[in-house]
Amino acid sequence: MLGYIINRLLAMIPTLLVISVIIFTLIQLPPGDFLETQIAEMQAQGENVDQAKIEYLRQEYGLDKPAYLQYLSWVAGLLQGDLGYSFEHELPVTEVIGDRITLTIILAFAATLFTYVMSFPIGIYTAVKQYSLGDYVFSFVGFIGLATPNFLLALILLYFANVWFGTSIGGLMDPQYIGQPWSLDKFLSVLEHLWVPVVVIGTSGTAGMIRRLRANMLDELQKQYVITAKAKGLSPLKILIKYPLRLAINPFIADIGSILPDLLSGSVLVAVVMGLETTGPMLVNALLSQDMYLAGSFLIIESSLVVLGVFLSDLILAAIDPRIRLGGGAVK
Amino acid sequence: MSDLLKIKNLRVSFRLPEGELNAVRGVSFRIPKGKTVALVGESGSGKSVVSQAIMGILPRAARISDGEILFADPQTPGTIIDLAKLDPDSARMRQIRGGRISMVFQEPMTSLSPVHTVGNQICEALELHRDVNKAEGMALTTDILKLVGFPNPERAAKTFPFELSGGLRQRAVIAMALVCHPVLLIADEPTTALDVTIQAQILKLIKDLQLELEMSVLMITHDLGVVANMADEVVVMYHGEIMESGTADDIFRNPKHPYLKALLEAVPRFDMKPGERLKPIREIKHHPDNPILMAKRDRRVICDDDPPLLEVKNISKAFSIKKGGMFSRTTEEKVLAVDDISFFVRRGECLGLVGESGCGKTTLSKIIMRALKPDTGSITFREQDNSLTDVLALEKNALFKFRERVQFMFQDPYSSLNPRMTVQELIGEPLFIHGMTDKAQRRDMVEKLMDVVGLAPMHINRYPHSFSGGQRQRIGIARALALQPDLLICDEPVSALDVSIQAQVLNLLKDLKEALGLTYIFISHNLAVIDYVADRIMVMCQGRLVETAPKHLLFKNPVHPYTRALLSAVPEPDLDHPLDLRDLMEGKASNPADWPEPYTESHSNQMEMIHLGQGHYVRAFKGAESLLQSHRETEMV
Repeated sequence: MLGYIINRLLAMIPTLLVISVIIFTLIQLPPGDFLETQIAEMQAQGENVDQAKIEYLRQEYGLDKPAYLQYLSWVAGLLQGDLGYSFEHELPVTEVIGDRITLTIILAFAATLFTYVMSFPIGIYTAVKQYSLGDYVFSFVGFIGLATPNFLLALILLYFANVWFGTSIGGLMDPQYIGQPWSLDKFLSVLEHLWVPVVVIGTSGTAGMIRRLRANMLDELQKQYVITAKAKGLSPLKILIKYPLRLAINPFIADIGSILPDLLSGSVLVAVVMGLETTGPMLVNALLSQDMYLAGSFLIIESSLVVLGVFLSDLILAAIDPRIRLGGGAVK
Repeated sequence: MSDLLKIKNLRVSFRLPEGELNAVRGVSFRIPKGKTVALVGESGSGKSVVSQAIMGILPRAARISDGEILFADPQTPGTIIDLAKLDPDSARMRQIRGGRISMVFQEPMTSLSPVHTVGNQICEALELHRDVNKAEGMALTTDILKLVGFPNPERAAKTFPFELSGGLRQRAVIAMALVCHPVLLIADEPTTALDVTIQAQILKLIKDLQLELEMSVLMITHDLGVVANMADEVVVMYHGEIMESGTADDIFRNPKHPYLKALLEAVPRFDMKPGERLKPIREIKHHPDNPILMAKRDRRVICDDDPPLLEVKNISKAFSIKKGGMFSRTTEEKVLAVDDISFFVRRGECLGLVGESGCGKTTLSKIIMRALKPDTGSITFREQDNSLTDVLALEKNALFKFRERVQFMFQDPYSSLNPRMTVQELIGEPLFIHGMTDKAQRRDMVEKLMDVVGLAPMHINRYPHSFSGGQRQRIGIARALALQPDLLICDEPVSALDVSIQAQVLNLLKDLKEALGLTYIFISHNLAVIDYVADRIMVMCQGRLVETAPKHLLFKNPVHPYTRALLSAVPEPDLDHPLDLRDLMEGKASNPADWPEPYTESHSNQMEMIHLGQGHYVRAFKGAESLLQSHRETEMV
């Protein structure tokens, strides 16, 4: 097991290197750089551009150097924990994204929890009571959840939250707490605002997960070992939890690889519509304005999370499923 | 009442979209205390539904519409419970299910959960029905695992089902059913999925345990050989009704109902006279002037010094298996699936290939088909113009041409036909691939082929799902015959079929061989079937060829210990030939290391096929001829 883990960890190094090259190339692909975008914008607004200052900045950030040197200095920085400098915010990237990442993770964690809490009971119920009234109702609601654009649901919920509870529109907290250090009041304010985006982001995931869990469970419920368990005299609920559910959750663990990065960048549209201070909108802006170090940092963090998530899900799968742990590697 | 279980006028119906289906229609029989009752019938006869009704595990669409299932538990004398009236999910019913009545299912591969250990699953039943703590439970679990014959029960309790072979899994399932000491064991086709040697062991195990635990057994099976060896009383079902019931003696010595008689005549037996035909319940009929059947290709009659059609020399094939994995160091192990095998097939002959699952017979057939590449060896095929082809050297066009000469028939009639293709497309596909592009011509050919295998040509546009298993297997035959091959390799073609259908397909294959001058390599684990169709038989074990002989010699005078074990393990549908379990060597017969001299293998000895005369060869030491001869002479005396 230890050898396997070390092998996998070592394999991550070349993977991440290749990813970093791709990310850097992609960011560099559009013509020009951040300064040129900036100049064009200023000229369009009729402002004067100080050529000397531009030249100074260009040299300062090494934008005049060849691309591979820029890449090398970026990667060297990354290795030392230096994510680079955000041109747009005129701050080191770490400072720009620090607070946002906290908020994002809180939101994403809550949304994921919401998804699991909602979808597991419903998914199991709809599978066990297939073609019952409840199954049809939940399936119908689920399809609506799948089909409704998230931002629309967001707007509707924001409206009612404001009308019924007086919650301020937009953001993840009341305006007076923005930029303030964390306090109990600020935390409560965050909680008050959090449920709307959690419900909005959670519902689409919930609907999809119900469908998949239902399909998985239906497959497992027909297996012979379920009848064996029944023939032993187990009660229906115990059978359900011990056997088919245990086997139906594998795909969800395999999903961790895609859930982790989603925590960071998912639901950009909702975040923009609701004015959430999460990382999603910031990434979009950084890409638009060619704020290369900020964008690059986001993308490399996300890729690392994918790689790490897949690794984690493999480990968990091996831990809970003996077929993977013991039967693995048999080749024909 | 003196009977443990009495079923009176039981009716079970299924609610289906097409309407109500009566699967069991007024069935009555009894299960006496301590006796074995066999419930016999073809698939679809409703025998499994009866067992599910007793257990209260009917599928959701089914319900008991009428009748009584009276259960007199000897633990509570005087009270009689009607299981048909109990709610299947009620606490009382759950107490009985698994505690007093338990069940062994057909499929050992799927009837255990793959992610829980064997011990966990057995112990679970104990915790439900007996007041035991974890440690006592585990102790009882190891006891029962030992009782069903696990050599190392402590270790077995910690293994996962997928680490065990089919036979061991079925033992685990039996252990699970018996751990609470039920008064009634329902065994639903408990040995159908197993090899004969393992089947014999499992049957013996059930019999021994029955005596020890004083329980009754309801044995559900379609194998009359198993019935003859196990049952005290027999109940024959057909289409949800009881056709005949009585003691095993009555049923086998004096069958009355025509269905039962027909069933008994459809089973291949060892004592069949030369030329005697099986009588399937429904015979296949052809169009009298089908040109394919009329155009007997010009072929000579087989004689012993004919040059062989196919000659296989020293074929070996190893697979590498990675073992260990995440918690231990990965080791790569080489398993010899086919170990230095040489044989030949004469034109017009049917060569039977027998062996347990995993003995390498399918690998060998795939090598002949050029679907797998052997590590060493050569294969020569004789064309119709007598020229020789080196099969393993064929490339591209030549290989493509060779495919017309050798065709394959698969075991599973369900998964070997693409469900999205019509019969016309299925049978016509090889024709199209090999150049018959004219649609009308192809359709004409397909219709003739359908007639050859006894399918009505009007069903040409149907999809496989609208045919029964036997009909599908006939579609497979027609497809294999489409290119008019010389050699047909049949891999367990009847093992998935009911006896009556099996007889029908076997007769068809026999007739086609005569009519078309075909040559077969017929692979099966069923010796009676091989005996019926084959001219010469090869026995394989663990990748080795252990004995080969003309049919009559092999069955009359088997020499190799493995062949003997195999033969003695076949249950015959005849009360006068009960299973003799002495030759089984406690399951060691299929382990080459346990074979006695001169069949044992060791590094110092070279093994070879020794000729005993009349084409009878056996695998033994080099130079063991005299030893073998003296063995045989002592036995003659």
